[in-house]
This record gives sequence, structure tokens and C-alpha cells, in this order.
Amino acid sequence: MSDIILLTATGLGLAGLYFLVASGLSLIYGLMGVLNFAHGAFLTVGGYAAYVVMQKLLERDWGINSALVVGLLASMVAGALIAWFTEAALIRRLYARHIDQVLVTVGLGLAIGAAIAGYAGQDARFLLTPPWMDNVLVIGDARIPYDRFVLIAVGLMLFILLQVIMQKTRLGLIIRAGVENRAMVSALGVDVRIAFTAVFVIGGAAAGLAGSLFGVYSRQVSPAMGASVLIFAFIVVVIGGMGSLAGTAVASIVVGLIQQFTNYYATGIGDLAVVLLLALVLLTRPQGLLGKAVA
Amino acid sequence: MMTKVRYFSPAVVGVVLVFLPMLFGRAGTLQILATGLIFASLALTYNLLLGFTGLLSFGHALFFGTSVYATGIALTRWGWSLTSAALLAIIFTTVLGVITGAIALRVGGVPFAMVTLALAQGGFVLAGKNPGGVTNGADGFGLAVDRLPDFFVGVVNTKNLYWLSLALLVITYFVVSLATTSSPGRVWQGLRDNELRVEVLGLRPYTFKLISFTLAAFLSSLAGIVFTMVQGSITQHVLSTEVTLTLLVMVVLGGVGSHWGAALGGFVYTVANEQLTRLANSSAFEDLPTIIRGPLTQPVFLLGSLFVLVVLFAPGGLAGAVKQWELKRR
Repeated sequence: MSDIILLTATGLGLAGLYFLVASGLSLIYGLMGVLNFAHGAFLTVGGYAAYVVMQKLLERDWGINSALVVGLLASMVAGALIAWFTEAALIRRLYARHIDQVLVTVGLGLAIGAAIAGYAGQDARFLLTPPWMDNVLVIGDARIPYDRFVLIAVGLMLFILLQVIMQKTRLGLIIRAGVENRAMVSALGVDVRIAFTAVFVIGGAAAGLAGSLFGVYSRQVSPAMGASVLIFAFIVVVIGGMGSLAGTAVASIVVGLIQQFTNYYATGIGDLAVVLLLALVLLTRPQGLLGKAVA
Repeated sequence: MMTKVRYFSPAVVGVVLVFLPMLFGRAGTLQILATGLIFASLALTYNLLLGFTGLLSFGHALFFGTSVYATGIALTRWGWSLTSAALLAIIFTTVLGVITGAIALRVGGVPFAMVTLALAQGGFVLAGKNPGGVTNGADGFGLAVDRLPDFFVGVVNTKNLYWLSLALLVITYFVVSLATTSSPGRVWQGLRDNELRVEVLGLRPYTFKLISFTLAAFLSSLAGIVFTMVQGSITQHVLSTEVTLTLLVMVVLGGVGSHWGAALGGFVYTVANEQLTRLANSSAFEDLPTIIRGPLTQPVFLLGSLFVLVVLFAPGGLAGAVKQWELKRR
């Protein structure tokens, strides 16, 4: 029983992380048709931003908790900035050339990853975390580290925040309408490009935050961290149905849990199980769990 | 005058490539050149999908890597002969191409890209898990070189491996040229330009895409066999997404939809990457301030940035630029 509780908590924590990355990917794809391969690089940039900022602050005798908070904020800002640059300088130039847009993000992702490796070195850097994160909460006889709850809470907060933006604000209205029918929204005289920039900036901030949180969770940052998460985020987006925020949330949870449980009961099979799930979903529901039937 | 160049230049390039081992005797150099030829072949197979069928696959490394592992395992673990190992690699990889293609092609466009990526990642993960103790996980293993025929073994025979790689490139070039001018090849290009129109003509796009996908997998398996022999070791890297992304960069730099462009892109990228890495480790950059030196020591940063610039400003790549230049001269 204790195993099940721990696995569920870890799986949900992983789900929170996946949602941070996949929600941005899904929105960007849904609205603009762009598969953003640089999204993993946004995550890496966020992770390193948090690392650098925390190092500097700790040198100045800041407390670890306040340094962590500033580090997390810095990762969001860094992610948002690089995403804004990507959209404004590269994607916007290639309007309606979808394949080229994908290609540009591929090149950018490679270049950013290599640039970080060039400055900070190929090796992983150790990230200092507050001691209370290693404490455990005892539920029944399961001992669950606090960092899992941090991930779950952040994932949940982002989901609620995105829902509020999408349902209650004018920007959300434009994004939703744009996902539905972009040409019509433009024809009605609404400038959709604002929504393009907005989803990139929001998605970039979420990815940057995912970078610092992934760093906190694994206690280290490395130039390759983005690429490893990106692939699972893609799988989550496809399983959930592209452009569907609720689908992405459900798929994050499904993928996170399946990965944890299969890994536990059949060592090291988790990643394969997720790929098999993807194949299964595609064979039975090519549009994803909550996606629209039109491909 | 242009037609003369058109028929003359392949002959010159061919002769130069055949006699290159006489100029560069060093085994290390020859190995780099051979690897360049192998990646030129792989770029041709990738271009078959991207440039001629309009399929953006992010899982091409799966077929190349599977062939590398099949060859390596059959030779080293099971002690098979080269012929049987090669046959196994070809058959297994091609069948895998049919199966994964059948799944991935159920979706199109960008979803197809994501699905191929995920499937290839499955292969990468599987190799890392060391199933049955045959792959040795992330460390990989050395090829049992004594299973190869004598004339492919040893430093003095590196030139034979080079010529084998050249033969691979010639065969791949011939097959893709033939395929793209055949009638299914015409349909592929029709699919690339306008899928709906092909469907209206009463043809099933799915079938034709699957043929293209399978052919690309088959040809990649040949490259995988030669690569295993040239490298003499098997590592998990051959299955990584990085390989596929590199192929994509090669094809786009050389010219999407041009056979010679893709092949040249594959060859030049491989050799350039090798040279830049050597340059980065030399003293050439030592005097530069860290802020400039950091990225410059990373070949992938330079090639990735070049790639972005090419996509933005010269979408046809090298082949496209040459074509424009030709048109202007007329």
C-alpha cells in the first residue's frame, strides 16, 4: 500500500512537470500550427537561469528559501524572454511556412543547447535545494518527499491560471477563437498576432519554470535536460489531443502515473510503456483523447 | 555550356572520390571521409522522405541505429558471418520500417513528426535497457572485428572500407534517383505538393507514403551495416534523436528535394563537424574572451545557427542557390 501511495505522488509530481512543458507546446500548436522544438531549450535556459541567480544570491548570504524563490522567478523571466525572442525574430518571419517554422525551432534548439554547453560545460551542475524539501510527509506508512507536492501544486496552479485566462479574459477569448478558426478571427478585424506572442511568452515562462523545478527535483541542471523532457512532453501533447488544454492535463497525469508504476513493477520499462500507449492511442483515436476529430 | 557542366561534374567528382585514398593515406582521415560518405547516403534516404514525399520524420535514426545494432549483435554476440548478419539487419530494419510507418502514417504533418520522434525514442530507450544482455546499455560494445573478411580489417585496409562506403553512396544515389523518377516517385512528389489532389485522382496517399517510408528504412539499413564496419563499435548514440536532427540539418543545408544537394550536405557537414571539433580543441581560440570562445568551441552551435540562417534567408539550401544562379545566367 505504501508503495502505491508513493508511486502515485511521484507520478503526479511528474505529471505536474509534464503539464508545465506540454501546455505551452499544445497551445502554440493549437493556435499557430507550430511544433516548437526549441521548447526543450527554453526549459534548459530556465534551469540555468535559476542556477546562476541562486549561486549569486547564496554568495551574498541570502537564505536558501528566498534564493530559491528568486531563482524560480528568474527562470520564468528567462523562459519568457527567450520565447518572445523566438516568436518575434524567427517564427513571425516565416508566417504560413509551417515546415520551415519547425525547422527554425530545431536549429534554434540545437544552437541554444550547444551555447549553454559552451559557457557552462557539458557536465551537470549541482543545484542546492532547501533542506525541508528532503523531509517526508508520512501518509499511512508511505514516506513522501515534499518536492513531489511542490511539483503537483505548481502544475495545478498553472492549470487553474490558464483556465482563468482562457475562459475569463479577452486574450483567452481570442486564443480560443484562434484555435477554432484563425482565418475567421483575423477576418473579423482582431489582431491574432498579439495572441501568437502571448502564447509563446506564457508557454516560455511555464517551460522556464519547469526547467528550474526539474533542476530542484533532480538536484542538478545539465545542457541535455531539456531534450529529455521535451520528448515526453510531445507524447503528452499527442495523447491529450493537440490544442486541448484539458486533454493535455489528463494526458500528463496518465503518462506520469503509467511511467512510475510500470517502472516500479517491471524495472526500467516505464518509458517504453509510454511509447506503447502512444501507439495504442494513435491506432484507436488518432486525434488524441480530447482532440477534435479533424486532423 | 550548362549541360556540359551537368554531365561533366559527376564524372569529375566520381574520379576524385575513387582516388582520394591515394591523396590521404592516413587511416584516421580516411575513416572521417568514409563516415562522411555514409552520412551522405543517409541524407539521401532522409531527403527521400522530406524532399520528395513531404514527410517530416523525426525518427529516422531508428532505422539506421537498428541496423547498426542488428549487425553488431549478430556478428559479435552470435558469431554470425558478415553476409548473414547483413541480411538480418536489412530484413529486420525493413520490417520495422513497415510496422512503424503503418502506425505513424495514420496521422500527417506535425503529428507525424511527433509520433516518429516518440517511436524512435522507444528504440533508444530499449537499447539503453540492455535487453537480454546483448546491447550493453548506454556504454555500447566493440565489434568482433575478426568476424569480418580480412580485407576489411586493420589500419592498412581502411581504404577498402572507404571504397565500400563510396559504393554504398553510389548504390543509394542510384536507387533514390531511380525511385523518384519512377511512377510511384511521381506520386510521392504529387503528395508533397498537394495531397488532396492525389486523393481526388483516386490514389491512396497512405500506401504511397508507406512505400516511400519503407524504402527509406531499407536504404538506411545498408548505411547502418557499412557504418558498423567502419566504426568498429556500437553505441547508443546511433539511435538518438540527435542523429535524425543532424540528418535534417544536412538535407536543409544541402538543399531539400535535390539528390546531389542532400548528399553534399551530408558529406560536408560530417567533415566540417569533425574539423571544427579539432579546431575547438586546438589553441586557435585560446586568446579569445570567454564570452566569445564558449559557443565557438561548440560545432553544433555554429552549424545550428547557420541552419537557422539558411532556413530564413535561403530556403533552397545550397542546391537552391545554385539553381537560382543558373537561372540568372540564362
